Amino acid sequence: MQHDDVVWAIINKTHCSHKVTTKTQQFCRNEYNLTGLCSRASCPLANSKYATIREENGIIYLFMKTAERVMFPAKQWEKVKLSRNFEKAIYQINENLLYWPAFIKAKCKQRFVKITQYLIRMRKLKLRRVKELVPIQRKIERRERRREEKALVAARIDNAIEKQLLERLKKGTYNDIYNFPQMAFDSALKAEEISSESEKEDEEEEEEEREMEPELERELERTVEQADEFVEADSDLDSDEDSDSGKKESANVPSDFESETSDIEDMADRIPQKKPRVEIEYETEPVASVSRKKIKH
Amino acid sequence: MARGKDKKKRKLEKKQEGDDVPKQVPHTLESLREKDETMLANVDDEEKLEAQKDMELDELSSYYENSYEPKVLITYSDNPHNKTRIFGKELCRMIPNSISRYRQRSSVKRIVQSALREKVTDVIVVNENQKQPNGFLLIHLPNGPTAHFRLSSCKITPELRKDYKEITNHRPEVILNNFSTRLGLTVGRMLGALFHYEPQFRGRRAVTFHNQRDYIFFRHHRYEFTHDGKRAKLRELGPRFTLKLISLQQGTFDSKRGDFEWIIAGRRHQMETSRRKFFL
Repeated sequence: MQHDDVVWAIINKTHCSHKVTTKTQQFCRNEYNLTGLCSRASCPLANSKYATIREENGIIYLFMKTAERVMFPAKQWEKVKLSRNFEKAIYQINENLLYWPAFIKAKCKQRFVKITQYLIRMRKLKLRRVKELVPIQRKIERRERRREEKALVAARIDNAIEKQLLERLKKGTYNDIYNFPQMAFDSALKAEEISSESEKEDEEEEEEEREMEPELERELERTVEQADEFVEADSDLDSDEDSDSGKKESANVPSDFESETSDIEDMADRIPQKKPRVEIEYETEPVASVSRKKIKH
Repeated sequence: MARGKDKKKRKLEKKQEGDDVPKQVPHTLESLREKDETMLANVDDEEKLEAQKDMELDELSSYYENSYEPKVLITYSDNPHNKTRIFGKELCRMIPNSISRYRQRSSVKRIVQSALREKVTDVIVVNENQKQPNGFLLIHLPNGPTAHFRLSSCKITPELRKDYKEITNHRPEVILNNFSTRLGLTVGRMLGALFHYEPQFRGRRAVTFHNQRDYIFFRHHRYEFTHDGKRAKLRELGPRFTLKLISLQQGTFDSKRGDFEWIIAGRRHQMETSRRKFFL
């Protein structure tokens, strides 16, 4: 059975099913091969004294061929588990391969180093994060791009931003940072309107009381109408007076913003121009006050 | 010819009718939008109150109570290319109190852990594909939510022929436009929470997230009110990009066991029942 030279002569010269021939070299695909090359020294079939290192499920074993068991191929390899400690494992190899050919000893150790290294690398890769590659569907991507373009056109972003900013300015988010004479004027006007309104209402109520006292209760409805008429006339007078006082106040407004002197000058020019607008606003008022009164009664 | 004549006729008719015919407003996707049951504009007051309460209790509420100052960490995918790097740097310059770090191949979960240690409140991961930034992962710390966006049409300042040095150190003000549904509000609040709650108005910097048809357009401007305070002039400063929500997750990033509040699952017809349905 064990005629190594005969076996090698057959393998080398004729056919071996593990042999792979390339242009430059011949390789061996036998899984027990030490080096992976097809050569006399490293052929696992043509050597009766042979040892190799293999890894099974992360554990490294030393395989040694036993000549006595060659007739049972499944049992022919003596298996020695190597320690996970590198130095101890090298020591084990030395022990087991004592008096073996130097070629096999050296190659076993080389292979052992290589396997430990790739095991370390495998563990590292497993512990590192796993990246997932997501396919990009071309059609969906194209659709999304087109929709984005359309949405961008529909958004009119600059207008929206401007609107939002102006809204904030109006709400007074920016406090005293900005000093717009026009806006200050408007806000002053508004404040004044409110104050004059309240004053007016107070006066009206007083007048009503005065009128109600002397008159009889059954004529209540008529008096109300009269009172309304009176009030209307009065309120007109009031508004005129108020508008005079209003001018003074609005002229005072810029004094709050003295930081920019030029603006004050501007203001002085502008105020007379705005005068008609003031009157227009007051014209609408009596109507509002009357309607409010009606609701009251 | 016949058609042309028709047109003329119609024009004439229109003229004769005069102004009494009201001008017709064309339909748009916005006006025909399918009603979303969580849209705050069309629910009754009770539900509005409920939504308000929900918002006061969610993870982002502490920012809106101004209880902390946001600190943002910006990082990238492995080996980012030049454009993504510049984009990150510009984000960093734009967002106050933010730092940009390379990733060094660590996982998102580990980044989150170390960020928690450093008391970072938001983490941004910019992903890239073919040298173009294409993903934007926003994690709010300490406990979520996590939003993953598709990032597209990203323009950095050199591409806009601007200089990044124009971006001043002032804290910008944030404009969140058009976020209407509950989901949209959550996303808007998340994006808003990146910036300091107290803007420095003297810097006149405004950062805008404008939602239109589920696309969130980002713009960065310096503005100036005109002399009479009736208009605002805008000058674009920083990068511009578009976001589209892919998924919203409760808690911090966990791709395996994460609890997704909302996700685009699969292809066209599973989520997208109609062209007129929008989620934000």
